[in-house]
Amino acid sequence: MTEQVFDAALALLVMGVGAWSMMAGRITSAVIIFIVYGLLLSLVWVRIAAIDVALTEAAIGSGATGMLLIAAAYKTGRESGARETVSGSLHVIAVLLASSVALGLASLAFVLPGEPVSLAGDVLRSLPDSGLGNPVAGVLFVYRSFDTLLEKIVLLVALLGVWSLGSDRDWGGIPGLKPFAQKHSVLVLLARTLPPIGLTYAIYMTWVGADVPGGAFQGGTVLAAMWVLVMLAGVRQIPRLSSPALRAAIVAGPVVFLAIGFLGFVSPGQFLAYPQGFAKPLIVAMEIALTLSIGVILGLLSAGPSNGKDAR
Amino acid sequence: MLDLFSVACVLGGAILFMAGTIGLLRFPDQLTRLHALTKVDNLGLGLIVLGLLPQFGWLTGVKLFCTWLLVQLSGAIVTQLIGGAIRTREPRR
Repeated sequence: MTEQVFDAALALLVMGVGAWSMMAGRITSAVIIFIVYGLLLSLVWVRIAAIDVALTEAAIGSGATGMLLIAAAYKTGRESGARETVSGSLHVIAVLLASSVALGLASLAFVLPGEPVSLAGDVLRSLPDSGLGNPVAGVLFVYRSFDTLLEKIVLLVALLGVWSLGSDRDWGGIPGLKPFAQKHSVLVLLARTLPPIGLTYAIYMTWVGADVPGGAFQGGTVLAAMWVLVMLAGVRQIPRLSSPALRAAIVAGPVVFLAIGFLGFVSPGQFLAYPQGFAKPLIVAMEIALTLSIGVILGLLSAGPSNGKDAR
Repeated sequence: MLDLFSVACVLGGAILFMAGTIGLLRFPDQLTRLHALTKVDNLGLGLIVLGLLPQFGWLTGVKLFCTWLLVQLSGAIVTQLIGGAIRTREPRR
């Protein structure tokens, strides 16, 4: 009984906060409410025992996206010089679009034909063959590896999209992120003490992802957060976007993924299939490379396009 | 006995969270609102962690304690930054 009351209250709260985010007058308020919405949504995922999704929602959906949206709101507000308010018609369009998506999904859930077919039992029975303990990692890397590969490539394309916002002759310069102005601020202390802890945590999160909730996306986000903190505090210089080491880190994940995918042609004879007995080490290698790439890409997404200083 | 201790501590933490939230909503200016928030971070979360400690093994206990320490660190520093920002923006009254 108490659980149902809690779930119902949570569901109502999520819907209310979602509506509030769309109706908020200022863009920055809307973004902050959206971040709260993401955190509440991750509570919902915890309630339905999807810890992996909850972690990803909190890290990517709320944290990383929220940071990008705040940066975008600040930038557009400053560049247009106007008050960063949203006009009434935009509210109406946003509400209409969001509710039509929600209604569409809800109607799909109601017209599902008969008994839903679940493959969960089959997956759990053959999970030990991959050597993994976390069924989510198993599905992502064994049954749905092509989707997982494309997900990472989407990130790459998003980064290229951000880079192309800069002008042509600035290509490959230093990103336009402005470090915090005060040199002796307490932020520097945080940027010096937190990264070792964060780094350890990111490695831990990626490593345990094979057996319990966690994995490359969550670890990579923590990595990115630490790097953004270091860049913001001005503890380390932001690297040039044309730096070969940086470019290598960006493509490391997809390259290792594709290499192992093509290796599948040699041994079991199929793209993205793993040789008998080598599934777990190969998947862990992919996760490590992906964590590095995701961390660097998310960090660079928040650093923005080149500002023209020190361009190629 | 230990369960009673847990319930008392978590309840105390929850009451502090409630008080902090009321403070955040009702206090007149930004600095006092920050003041309300820090109490929740330090003591409220501390009490909840303390209450949960006897319910788990030592490894989870260490993790919980580390979580509290990290929240302390980031909470203290973020509060400093926000406070500094308020001071530079507003002329002294």
